[in-house]
Amino acid sequence: MTTTITIDPITRLEGHGKIEIFLNPDGSVNDTYFQIPEFRGFERFVVGRPIEELPRIVTRICGVCPASHHMASAKAADGCFGDVTPPLAHKLRDMYYHAHFMHSHIAHFYLLAAPDFVVGPDSDPAIRNILGVVGKVGLEIGGAVIKARAQAQEIQQIVGGRFTHLVWCLPGGVVKGINKEDLEKIKPLAANLYDFALFSVQLFKDVVLGNPKYVDLILNGPYVLKVQNMGLVDENNAVNFYHGKVRVVDFEGKEICKYEAKDYAQHVAEHVESWSYLKFPYLKKRGWKGFVEGKDSSIYMATPLSRLNVADRMATPRAQEAFEEMFSTLGGKPCMALMAAHWARLVEMIQNAEMLKTYCEDPEITSDKFRVVPKEATGEGFGIVEAMRGTLTHHYTCDKNGICKSANLIVGTTNNNAPIHMVTKKAASAFIQPGKEITQGILNMIEMAFRSFDPCYSCATHSLPGRMPLEARIWKNGEVFRHFKRGC
Amino acid sequence: MSPKKLQIALYWGAGCGGCDVAVLDTNEFILDVAALADIRLWPIAVDGKYQDVEKMVDGELDLAIFNGAVRNSENEHVAKLLRKKSKLLMAFGSCAHMGGIPGLANFTTKDKIFATAYLDNPSIEPGNHTVPLPETKLNGKTLNIPTFYDQVYKLDDVVEVDYYVPGCPPAPNQVKAVLLAVAQGQLPAKGSVVGASEHAVCEDCQREKKEKKITRFYRPWQIIQDPKQCLMDQGILCVGAATRSGCGVRCPNTGQGCRGCYGPLPGVMDQGAKILSSVSSIIDAKTPEDIQEILEGAPDFAAIAYRFGLPASLMQRNVSP
Repeated sequence: MTTTITIDPITRLEGHGKIEIFLNPDGSVNDTYFQIPEFRGFERFVVGRPIEELPRIVTRICGVCPASHHMASAKAADGCFGDVTPPLAHKLRDMYYHAHFMHSHIAHFYLLAAPDFVVGPDSDPAIRNILGVVGKVGLEIGGAVIKARAQAQEIQQIVGGRFTHLVWCLPGGVVKGINKEDLEKIKPLAANLYDFALFSVQLFKDVVLGNPKYVDLILNGPYVLKVQNMGLVDENNAVNFYHGKVRVVDFEGKEICKYEAKDYAQHVAEHVESWSYLKFPYLKKRGWKGFVEGKDSSIYMATPLSRLNVADRMATPRAQEAFEEMFSTLGGKPCMALMAAHWARLVEMIQNAEMLKTYCEDPEITSDKFRVVPKEATGEGFGIVEAMRGTLTHHYTCDKNGICKSANLIVGTTNNNAPIHMVTKKAASAFIQPGKEITQGILNMIEMAFRSFDPCYSCATHSLPGRMPLEARIWKNGEVFRHFKRGC
Repeated sequence: MSPKKLQIALYWGAGCGGCDVAVLDTNEFILDVAALADIRLWPIAVDGKYQDVEKMVDGELDLAIFNGAVRNSENEHVAKLLRKKSKLLMAFGSCAHMGGIPGLANFTTKDKIFATAYLDNPSIEPGNHTVPLPETKLNGKTLNIPTFYDQVYKLDDVVEVDYYVPGCPPAPNQVKAVLLAVAQGQLPAKGSVVGASEHAVCEDCQREKKEKKITRFYRPWQIIQDPKQCLMDQGILCVGAATRSGCGVRCPNTGQGCRGCYGPLPGVMDQGAKILSSVSSIIDAKTPEDIQEILEGAPDFAAIAYRFGLPASLMQRNVSP
């Protein structure tokens, strides 16, 4: 008779999630499942809609990363209308998108990840939250975090007219540009965000890397997963979030493939399990081999860490310095210690801020050449961007009137469904041992496994004021005989 | 937990999290909320599990804020639980209010949705016949996920709702105003729409308007929008005339037509029907053929008129065979 531990709902999650841990009679872990119980069906109900409406419908897939869906959709919609979008429109979209990345990364690091590292993974749950973080690093930090996040939102508002659920892109460009007055408003915001990004990396180094216990937790233990890496790179193989090709590199650093958006279906396929509404993408040419690690595994991850793993370099100088420092500290590239994703996120933030500053000095950015009216619908489009939480693919087909005939979406976090399932199982098996008491700290360390992915059904922005509750029930012979609860 | 503080629960059904981001976008005010209220359930944010809510006495909560539509059995279960435990229940955001964007699924069917997502799409594993099931037995273990319903429901289809906060998402300044009204006991009569205006988006829109006569529609991609002129005067479909305001006119200000997320004007039963009549009244055509030609410039009109409110329409869903 196996015993079941149910963690439902798991928290600091955007959306709903459930972990089922089945124990053997001796108390060791028999099996673990990470299930996603929610589904809405966008791929079907956008069919029949005019393609130009899709960028403003698909934002509602996620209110935390709406701009990721908006941009991927805009690129796919561009393709459906002959790809006539002018360079300035791409620049403006990219500029907006850097601000969007910063708002999300700031929220994730400070509100979601920092409690585990700054306060401690097995500390009292009552203080393992943003308030605990503030107590540890100083009162002014909380205010600075709220301010920096609001500034990133404000840049999006100025550039694209809205932040959450923007309606800005059309096939052929964007519906509005920015003028010199707008740019003057953005400049001090971008300068402050740059300082804030550098400050955040320093904070990580002081607080996390300064503690040998955390360094050990990052590099060793069950949080190392030998799967392949995916991320978008530009023509110089530098990290890019909006442009470029998808590069897949194995956990030893060897390139497996590099593909354009239009070829995605040759390289990626999705496996379905009846016990979860979320599909499990894998490398198609290798075939579905199950939830296994190793050199031949077809499982890949798409995270900030994998983006840095697949790239040869960052695109901006200060981010490059941080990139080199990160990999030299972690013992080389690629790094498969999942917890390093938190550091990678901060390195990316520096690039985001440097790019915002660069765009502020670009004389073309205030020009009015942000739209070209397409002549006709041409039938098919592909859009790939990096969402904060992984590579995001939109693929549409349409009729000659520009009405959507089909839509296929492979969403950021979906890429990571298999690795999250695998690392959750690995962490449960490592921490739950026969004869060892299952404490709230142990349950949190299991949750930390998936939290490094910042799964999109997880959301940093949602953890204020941030107590991290967890409930686990152990069932034996159909009755609850142990009941764990924390954070309440 | 202080006995004097408001006891609040927040929950999401089939939504995107944007409503919760809207709460966070009140920035520093969020700290005031923490001071005013004990948040007893917010799965995304703070402590409390469903079981904690089940243990509460009926009416123990002062307010439950529900965002997202009712798409599956779990959404309905929690909606009923919160209704029982809370003195007031608020439908927060377009999805809970009217079904929202997920409600567009009511134009199609559950079978088609599953076939597309799990069987037919070009990236599905070759030869796959598996679709998600409410119960899976695997190696002697039973795994459950909620049942996906045949259609999307708005919140008041499954429970009685006391207040409605419209918007996709609700504008942060409106969120702040609503939360303050709750804290100060200044809510209007039950059943009211709060956090919104009583007039149309057009009245708040600063674009220059002329007497309306539509001789042709342009798809938004077909025309460079004039930043000052009324979008309808340019032939760009905008449903602001038949939509409640309070949003800050954010879509027309960006240069795109309103799609009605704040819902119908006061007293209007069917938003899409009202939008249709409002647009029809300004079409400048004499013959049915002319009307037909003009409307061809605005394809898929039903999914614009019911963009956020198909489950709240008289028909609720596509009933054609």
